[in-house]
Amino acid sequence: MASNAAAPFWRSAGMTYITYSNLCANLLRNCLKEPYKSDALSREKVHYTISKWENGKPQKPTIRSDTPEE
Amino acid sequence: MFRHGSRLLTRATAMTWRRPFSTELSAEHSVDSTFVEAWKKLIPNTEPPKTPSAYMNPRPATPSSIPSKLSVNFVLPYSSELSGKEVDMVIIPATTGQMGVLPGHVATIAELKPGVLSVHEGNDVTKYFVSGGFAFVHANSFADIIAIEAVPLDRIDPNLVQKGLTEFTQKLSTASTDVEKAEAQIGVDVHSALNAALTG
Repeated sequence: MASNAAAPFWRSAGMTYITYSNLCANLLRNCLKEPYKSDALSREKVHYTISKWENGKPQKPTIRSDTPEE
Repeated sequence: MFRHGSRLLTRATAMTWRRPFSTELSAEHSVDSTFVEAWKKLIPNTEPPKTPSAYMNPRPATPSSIPSKLSVNFVLPYSSELSGKEVDMVIIPATTGQMGVLPGHVATIAELKPGVLSVHEGNDVTKYFVSGGFAFVHANSFADIIAIEAVPLDRIDPNLVQKGLTEFTQKLSTASTDVEKAEAQIGVDVHSALNAALTG
């Protein structure tokens, strides 16, 4: 069988498709005019807490957020 | 050695139940009759359960003659820009180049690259800059375009585009690792596409 088509340059550099398309989308958002730019960037903010579990118990949670702790 | 050949051959031909391809979806939901028969024998008083496909609207059938308009669904993760809009043509920025989709286009799946999507309806042309995504064209002249981010061209700031282009061209020449080179190359691609969209 013929080999698969040559991978796109980002795939051969180790990047996944999701990372690539999110990067493209972020670059686009950074080039928008003012009210749209801040709307788009704030729409994409994420805020979540992670707790690792050990021996069946959750450890201290860490907070990940785009906005630094106020 | 070939004594069993004919037996195997008949067994193989007896098992040819060809599953329908997804391009041949029937217009109405078809019930699995063997299941319904077996259910009715065991449990005659209750209705046989419905499957999820019984609740879905069936896909509009492929008309025998080419329809006059293409129905486009253009969606983003946070909003639906066009929903079932009837248009004459859309030009999508596929990785293989600008692809024009007219009613009656062959069923296609295309990956999109950063570029301009234009929707042509009579004399109106609406253009969006799309950062990436996929486009599915179905045989019944429906087109589903899904993009991660898309903006009308007038919301793009040309100064920021120029700044980004020079910044990434410079990063590309100084990049050392594969990942840095890939990111810089992506930056250059996106910004040059933006530039071309604004000036084109």
